[in-house]
Amino acid sequence: MSDLLAARSQMAVSLAFHIVFAVIGIAMPVLMVIAERRWQRTRDPIYLELAKRWARGTAILFAVGAVSGTVLSFELGLLWPRFMEVAGPIIGMPFSLEGFAFFTEAIFLGIYLYGWEKVSPRAHLFAGVLVAVSGAASGIFVVIANAWMNTPTGFTLVDGRFAEIDPIAAMLNPAAFPQALHMTLAAYAATGFGVAGIHAFMLLKERTSAFHRHALAIGLLVGAPAAVLQPLAGDIAARHVARHQPVKLAAMEALYETRAGAPLKIVPGIEIPSALSLLAFHDPRAVVKGLDAVPREEWPNVPLVHLSFRVMVALGTYLALVALWAGWLAWLKRDLTVQRRFLWAVAVATPCGFIATEAGWMATELGRQPWVIVGVLKTADAVTPMPGLIVPFAAFTLLYCALGVIVGWLLYRQIVRSPGHT
Amino acid sequence: MSLSLADTLAGIILVALTGYVLLGGADFGGGVWDLLASGPRRARQRDLIARAIGPVWEANHVWLILAVVLLFTCFPSAFARLGIALHVPLTLVLIGIVLRGSAFTFRSYGGEREAEAYWGRIFAVASLVTPVLLGVAVGAVASGAVREQGAGSGERFYEAYVAPWLTPFAFAVGLFALACFAFLAAVYLTLEARDRELQEDFRLRAIGAGILVFVAAALGLALSQQAPLVGRGLLASPWAVVLHVLTGCAALTAFWALWTRRYRVARVAAATQVVLILWGWGLAQYPYLLPPNLTIAAAAAPRVTLELALGAVVVGAIVLFPSLYYLLRVFKRPSSAPPTTLG
Repeated sequence: MSDLLAARSQMAVSLAFHIVFAVIGIAMPVLMVIAERRWQRTRDPIYLELAKRWARGTAILFAVGAVSGTVLSFELGLLWPRFMEVAGPIIGMPFSLEGFAFFTEAIFLGIYLYGWEKVSPRAHLFAGVLVAVSGAASGIFVVIANAWMNTPTGFTLVDGRFAEIDPIAAMLNPAAFPQALHMTLAAYAATGFGVAGIHAFMLLKERTSAFHRHALAIGLLVGAPAAVLQPLAGDIAARHVARHQPVKLAAMEALYETRAGAPLKIVPGIEIPSALSLLAFHDPRAVVKGLDAVPREEWPNVPLVHLSFRVMVALGTYLALVALWAGWLAWLKRDLTVQRRFLWAVAVATPCGFIATEAGWMATELGRQPWVIVGVLKTADAVTPMPGLIVPFAAFTLLYCALGVIVGWLLYRQIVRSPGHT
Repeated sequence: MSLSLADTLAGIILVALTGYVLLGGADFGGGVWDLLASGPRRARQRDLIARAIGPVWEANHVWLILAVVLLFTCFPSAFARLGIALHVPLTLVLIGIVLRGSAFTFRSYGGEREAEAYWGRIFAVASLVTPVLLGVAVGAVASGAVREQGAGSGERFYEAYVAPWLTPFAFAVGLFALACFAFLAAVYLTLEARDRELQEDFRLRAIGAGILVFVAAALGLALSQQAPLVGRGLLASPWAVVLHVLTGCAALTAFWALWTRRYRVARVAAATQVVLILWGWGLAQYPYLLPPNLTIAAAAAPRVTLELALGAVVVGAIVLFPSLYYLLRVFKRPSSAPPTTLG
């Protein structure tokens, strides 16, 4: 394994691990605040139990997310010093803002978790709201920094060096809005369906449990609207990619040749004529750039990007359909919790949002290669000169695998099990 | 000397580091006392430490992230150099931070007694090792060993990536950091303790750690020919005498206050002492960010970045300080049972 591949793999493992915690850290506080609000209104103790359990879940996940996020902020310099040297002054701004948002989140999460008896109910709920808001804000800031790597703006290149830099213009780079929207919705969809799915599964076993019914309802309340909106956000993102990152789009769709009326490949051998042109430019005759537009050495890993993108789209579509089904049943005023086929569909959805999120990140990150800053700096030129990078890669992989298993087990104990088992 | 914008931001980074040492450092120190818990009140000592750290450690930890983020925004070339030359100790610091934070959380939410003891041990050992490695990294910077490593200069791995920090001086600084963190934690814990016996336990620990701070400081000074710039600054510059006198006064006050059980005074004096030491290091290095040759001015990002970063810090501080005050007021305010704590 080359040092470059080891560095890329370590970054990939660190991000793939952190993102699960980041996603749940963004959306879980929303669930917990809804439950607490319902408890304050109805005094139904199940809602209090749910709020407390989700708060415990948030505590575990936030702690692991905080430390794995620290790892990432250091790894930017430990693995990619040449990238940070040029990019730091331009994209440091969203990272600094993220730092403060994260600070706010940590402070109010401390108050929420340990302050049940120390602050007024209203202040307690408000602390939860601040955790949810600052969590979403810090996610958005980090995604903005990543978006800049895809569509770098806010500088001019003079002899390969940055000049006349404008960090505000860099923050407002073209990819910032579509990526931030897509990612924020993904957090709510993945977490909402993750929670709803687990409790749907429990309801299949314990049909009458009010605890699991309430949990399912709140999970769907957060997850379903996000899942329905996600295809629209995905469309915005895809059309953006078609215009600003044509090579990535070509890799995602495995389109090797530039052509008008490009077809959409569903599975190998089955294509819908002109559908890709229609999706990417809302015009069936539009010309879509293929991989032949750039030299071979500037191609990303096409099969992997194509597969990741397909997985994301398929799972996202599934979530959207289940969400529409939930909406339909709710509109008919049916009791969702006794529809066994529906419950199975939700239970199957449990991991889908997370897998889709990981796959989406693989598509966008691998699709950017071989560049770390598209058109400006190659990943290979950004890596640290230190040899032997396979050692930290192996160390962090082992560490994160162990932590992942432990967190999963703790969450099962703390959140999922029906009351009375603990 | 006149302060430039870059100097101001370097100062803000040092403020963030100071916040990390005073608050986050004490949380590490708490872990050290968890490891060294002993005597008939061992379980109660551990319980007190967990209660003191629980609500605040994550917020305290963010000071480090703030320092890192501001460093790579405002002084990107320094960040790149640090990442290359100190890859090994910083990676170990990260593993320590991950293990400390997750083990503490797993212990709090694990449920079973056996598992609790197991996580407690990991939490405590990580709390002991991480400060030493952080100190080693600071020591390597102070000794002027963080240069332009590995840029095709044909250095061998050991010379480029190990030798800069594997020095007696760097480890003396590591020991010093550990002693300071443990000292701060013990002093703070005298105020967190709700009963006399526990208070006495941590009073004695604070005095012990305070002596270790002196020993480690003496060791560092004795080895300071390995850090010529900082050593000269700390021994020979005109302000050095003032700084030493002030630090000495703070240290003596802390000892006197611990001896006479004036814990609030001890807390202020101990924190002052540690702050003076940190700022003494900063002043001794000035105008260098990474001695011997990278100055603050040379490492600084373009002016527009610095201005925006300063703006972000000001806006952030407006949000941050009231929130932080609220957090500490909720959890560190006097309780009904004496002896009590200061706000």
